[in-house]
Amino acid sequence: MAFHKHTLANGLTMVSEFSPSARSVSLGFFVRAGSRDETPELAGVSHFLEHMAFKGSHRRTAFDVNRDFDRIGADYNASTSEENTIYYASVLPEYLPQALDILADLLYPSLRPEDFDMEKQVIINEIGRYEDMPSSAAHDNAQRVYFAGHPLGNSILGTPASITALTREQMADYHRRRYVAPNITLAVAGAFDLNQLIALVEKQCGHWPATPAPRTGLGEACGSGKCEVICREKVTQEYVIVLSPGPQARSPLRHAADLLSMAIGDDSGSRLYWEMVDPGLAESASCSFRDYEDTGTFETSYNCDPQQAVDNLAIVHRVLKAVQEKSIGAEELEQARNKLLSRIVRWNERPRGRMSSLGSSWIYYGQYRSVDDELADYEKVTLADIRQVLDRYPLERMTTLALGPLSKLEAV
Amino acid sequence: MPSLSPLSIVRNCFCEVLVTQTVYHHTFANGLTLVAERLDHVRSVAVNFLVPAGCAYDPPDQLGLAGVLADLITRGAGNLDSRELTLALDNLGVDHSESVGVLHSRLWGSTLARNLPQTLAIYADILRRPHLPEEELEACAALALQDLQGLEDEPGARVMVELRRHLYPTPLSNDHRGTVAGLEALTIESMRRQYEQLYQPNGLILSVAGNIEWPQLLDRVGELFADWPAKPRPALQLGPEPVRTAHVYKQLEQTQITVAYPSVPVADPDYYAAMGAVNVLSGGMGARLFTEIREKEGLCYSVGASYSPIKDRGSVIAYAASLNHQAQRTLDKLLHELRRLPEGIEDEEVDRVRVGLKTALIMQQESTSARTLALASDWYYLGRVRTFDEIQSAINGLSARSILDHLHRHPPRDFRVVTLGPTALDVSGAVND
Repeated sequence: MAFHKHTLANGLTMVSEFSPSARSVSLGFFVRAGSRDETPELAGVSHFLEHMAFKGSHRRTAFDVNRDFDRIGADYNASTSEENTIYYASVLPEYLPQALDILADLLYPSLRPEDFDMEKQVIINEIGRYEDMPSSAAHDNAQRVYFAGHPLGNSILGTPASITALTREQMADYHRRRYVAPNITLAVAGAFDLNQLIALVEKQCGHWPATPAPRTGLGEACGSGKCEVICREKVTQEYVIVLSPGPQARSPLRHAADLLSMAIGDDSGSRLYWEMVDPGLAESASCSFRDYEDTGTFETSYNCDPQQAVDNLAIVHRVLKAVQEKSIGAEELEQARNKLLSRIVRWNERPRGRMSSLGSSWIYYGQYRSVDDELADYEKVTLADIRQVLDRYPLERMTTLALGPLSKLEAV
Repeated sequence: MPSLSPLSIVRNCFCEVLVTQTVYHHTFANGLTLVAERLDHVRSVAVNFLVPAGCAYDPPDQLGLAGVLADLITRGAGNLDSRELTLALDNLGVDHSESVGVLHSRLWGSTLARNLPQTLAIYADILRRPHLPEEELEACAALALQDLQGLEDEPGARVMVELRRHLYPTPLSNDHRGTVAGLEALTIESMRRQYEQLYQPNGLILSVAGNIEWPQLLDRVGELFADWPAKPRPALQLGPEPVRTAHVYKQLEQTQITVAYPSVPVADPDYYAAMGAVNVLSGGMGARLFTEIREKEGLCYSVGASYSPIKDRGSVIAYAASLNHQAQRTLDKLLHELRRLPEGIEDEEVDRVRVGLKTALIMQQESTSARTLALASDWYYLGRVRTFDEIQSAINGLSARSILDHLHRHPPRDFRVVTLGPTALDVSGAVND
């Protein structure tokens, strides 16, 4: 595996890892622009802009974009999160030049008014789709309640009202501020020729503006501590999410936090599995660690028959309290480690997975992490590290959100 | 000692990408077939047991049995109780899932290649020596009931279950989640009876892909499974063909729309042309359904079509979800696009389809999981594994003419239309043909 970093004069960074056995190449532009960068009147603009990227530039119409991608058999898409918008494609190696040409073109869309209005309908449809999926609605609301007043609480999709009110000019202004070279990382993994790649990137991205794009509103969050119940009578099950604070992405404790969350709530063999899923008390129960640029969370969630929701919350409280007081055992740590190491190896075997890890490592940790580097860091985690996570980020500092037919989360 | 039988060792040159494929297979005397592919660029391995024990075999008064059995079967086996078994798989780094389809139950696991021998031993215990503990049945059934309940909160999945009821006769229309009455009627005796009858080597396909050594793998599977006695398999009795349209009322933001029509089975000479036709409709964001319904009209976020095989049948299933006030227009547009397909296809559309199918074929070679599924599927439907060369040549052979000829032999018609939402749609446009 050969890693290479190349920085353009305008500040765009390209990180690449060549794999001699790969049969394809995967490339992704990571733009540091997400819902946390939005003011209330711009709610949903990052995600809407991601859609508009596929509507074409001064060189391509919307139909050209899709047709050009399809002509090279690309597996392509984009996603928007609280912190990043990622545009990616996987192609056979000979199509790298075309793939980079189209992807780079996506990042500077022309935002034609007729496309803008049409795409609003698609976004409003997408919002309706997630509204019909209670697990998504619960997650969005949990973020809002936990991060109250912090930009990570912003909704990614926005609302039908915010999307309807948004103007093309507002989007263009947001684009000018966030889609600038120093704010963009290109990650490439798989089979490619490095010299050709560098020349292509220089050609496609070298003229992008070099304006800096600082991110504001950074700060650690420890959660509002509230408990909010959203009653939706038409929903069948109860969806409950408990958020507790966790370390941020650059924290040396992130590996320990990952392993801790697996021991608590991986979908197999974890504490929550044995307490709730194995006995049939909840259809699913899990705990995952999510890290952001400035903070992190442990997200413990379950869904179940509404009649069981209150008792299950008591179980979650008991499990989290027990872990907080006595931590996890050596066997649990080993079990979590064995699972995670195997997952990391498998996830990184394909160029698509590798590209995603490569890009994330660069934007969050500012460094190259080979698969073996990552494995070694997880190997090093001790029970003392787990204790340190718990002491620094108490699981019992809980913010709770329930969504479903119940109007309150109390024992009757 | 079974003989070593490399099915094919072929080298293909396609667009400068060299694909070396090493596939092996062996069928044991008891009817279990092992199909394996060596992928030497990976450190991992995936295993996939395709057991002919799907929900179509559920007793009519105990619908949901197969799904509960797939859970119960992992709750203790051989010398390990439920917790020990889970711990053993976790410590081997095995990510695993057990799922139930109409005709098969699937036990799938993936881990590092060095852990394969021990992983197979655990699977041998699960498949051959499960405890099927009575005290766990209640918990398994409770989970299944919640799964069924949770379906109500997933409109996209819910409408597909309903569509299948209107696409296939019973019991091919069964869903693994079963029914409340069926789940409540389960007994440990019926679970054990079903296990005895269906979990057996006759017709079972084990596919393995990853960094394997074939001689060692063959020996290991032989040690673990060759002495498992075979039994005759029960036959399925099909019911009458169902009615073709239905609407399910539910208060939702979006109306869920499904349209299905008959296509050819996998073993049919027209199979690749049928795949070509579906990919003209839905093989990328430049394909017709996405372009005409989402990009040009903004009617929906999700729209697409896919080929769906079952036993000796094939169908095309199209799906769209649209805000309620636009749902009728979406359905009408969808039907219009399906109907006009035999009228003409551009060469450029076929070029796009070919390169998309070829790229997917090559990328599949990078994934152990994808390969195990493809190996098992080929063996089940065709009784052999198609070579990379064979598939590539079939894809290269696609043309607008060959796809249109297929569409003239098998035009989209006899539509099934099933919708879910607050208001029923007018489906007269679908049935009047």
